[in-house]
Amino acid sequence: MIGNILLLSMREIRRNVLRSILTTLGIVIGVAAVIVVVTLGAGTKAQVQTEISKLGSTMLTVFPGQRRMRGAAQSAPPFEIEDVHALRRETVMLSSVAPMSIQRQMVVFGNGNRRSQVVGTDREFVNVRNWDLAAGRLFSAAEEQTGKSVCIIGQTVKTELFKDEPYMGNVLRIGKASCEVIGLLEPKGQVMFSGDQDDVVVVPIKYFQRRIAGNTNVDQIYVSALDDSLVEAAQAEVEVIMRERRPSQPGAEDLFSVRGVQEMSTAFQSSTTVMTGFLSAIAAISLLVGGIGIMNIMLVSVTERTREIGIRMAIGAREKEVLLQFLVEAAMLAGFGGLVGIALGLGGAMALAPLLNVPFIIQPDMMVMAFIFSALVGVVFGYMPARSAARLDPIDALRHE
Amino acid sequence: MAESDLATKAHDGPVVAFEHVAKVYGDGEMAVRALDDVTFDIYPGEFVAVMGSSGSGKSTTMNILGCLDTPTHGRYLFKGVDVKTLTRDQRALLRRHYLGFVFQGFNLLSRTTALENLELPLIYRRISKADRRDMAMEALHAVGLENREHHTAAELSGGQQQRVAIARAMVTSPSLLLADEPTGNLDTARSQEIMELLARLNSEDGLTIVLVTHEEEMAAFAGRRLEFRDGNIVHESKSQAA
Repeated sequence: MIGNILLLSMREIRRNVLRSILTTLGIVIGVAAVIVVVTLGAGTKAQVQTEISKLGSTMLTVFPGQRRMRGAAQSAPPFEIEDVHALRRETVMLSSVAPMSIQRQMVVFGNGNRRSQVVGTDREFVNVRNWDLAAGRLFSAAEEQTGKSVCIIGQTVKTELFKDEPYMGNVLRIGKASCEVIGLLEPKGQVMFSGDQDDVVVVPIKYFQRRIAGNTNVDQIYVSALDDSLVEAAQAEVEVIMRERRPSQPGAEDLFSVRGVQEMSTAFQSSTTVMTGFLSAIAAISLLVGGIGIMNIMLVSVTERTREIGIRMAIGAREKEVLLQFLVEAAMLAGFGGLVGIALGLGGAMALAPLLNVPFIIQPDMMVMAFIFSALVGVVFGYMPARSAARLDPIDALRHE
Repeated sequence: MAESDLATKAHDGPVVAFEHVAKVYGDGEMAVRALDDVTFDIYPGEFVAVMGSSGSGKSTTMNILGCLDTPTHGRYLFKGVDVKTLTRDQRALLRRHYLGFVFQGFNLLSRTTALENLELPLIYRRISKADRRDMAMEALHAVGLENREHHTAAELSGGQQQRVAIARAMVTSPSLLLADEPTGNLDTARSQEIMELLARLNSEDGLTIVLVTHEEEMAAFAGRRLEFRDGNIVHESKSQAA
């Protein structure tokens, strides 16, 4: 029987092509919205995962934190290089420790210039960041101690400033200072928190303090635990040492904070969760509105087709068959809208993914769910009109003008 | 009663029988007695005209004959089965298997081709696709519209629409064809053609037909006429024309 009902419903939908399309518009938009959100959400999640692995999941960052002065929050005093030495000396669970001072500076070579990230650090930098050299060498111990004007550049700086010219041994100007290029970093790519990581010039921390920042500060300290499983223990170790070195008022907050990459990504994830929830609510509302649209049109359709329903009943359609036909019609309309919505959503996500810098990841299970759900919307909202059609009295229906 | 039970019930007597049928609409002082006390039989192969002015009870008779309505009093037997004992769905099945309807307003599905209109009752009877097409084409041929199968109702003239409607009513080879003022919306020439078609289906294929009309000329095609007035049969006659 269901085969016949499908046939009858198909013919009915075909009879009213334009109206059928308009009817399903709400569902189309709703489903498309869901698919876009879910696809981009999945892309973002995957992106964050890759970035965590890019940054290194064992990495922790130590910030100076904040202190309260007469009620107002203020930055705590900055770290000094001695803090880095202390962490190196006194910890056992860290594989490496690196100071990290960062400024955006105008970097010039020849006629070219660009604002790049200038990082003051030391050799340990490559270990903490899990970042290898593509060419050249790291700073020597002597260069670090004297703050020699040498630098290691990222891929973007190389391609944008040096283009095809040899970079090794050439002199790069950073603000008012200058340095000789001794190495090139491997490409690292985009990171959501800090943009293009390859747009970087790495210099010895001492050179950075003297020639660029003009102070003896260390903005942050990057440390790396020996192993994934030791990250928490390493964090505790760092906290003990830093508390000793930077005592705060009893009961007050620490004058530093230690954050893992995992925490940063969790914070990021929770903000995307809020966003996803918000967009999902919009999607749900538009599906609801779409369902009401279908119900509305089906009700109109029942009134308009009263005479036809009478004919069907006279010909021998049972109540059940009339009910099923209208239900199947509604479900088919909604399901069809769902399919179009899925296609549109995928197209939209595919177009948006590169703009938002996230990978395009197809979620087949979500597509199946969106389709089933939209057909279900059709059944739920089609039931009332279908029942009123099935309950018509054939004599009245036939007489209907 | 299952669908198959209805189909296997053999019956030699009249196709339909009214036994002291009365139909009352409403109740109390508002009650309208549409049929008072009507008794008649119709046998296979008969062509019966039900005549009367409006309000005479002929439409009510038609609705009861078509199993769209049931009597208030008395019994209506379809092939020996008391229709009042059937449920709504069972009556739908009875219509599906044994009855064909032709209406004054043609009542074809709009924006649907002649062929699809004819297939409709066959779809409800679950005839296979290939058979459905053959049967529909055969019925179209019988009413002389074999070249119009892909025309929609709007693309056909009134007379042609009514032919499609007749084809739709007879495509299932019903035990009884009910024609309710089939020529009411047609001009004289077209009416004549439709009546000739019905008469031919009756005489050549032995189709049992009940024709409801108020026109003398149309009733003349029938072999027997029942004249209604105020809910009763006031005159019954056999014509020599058939």
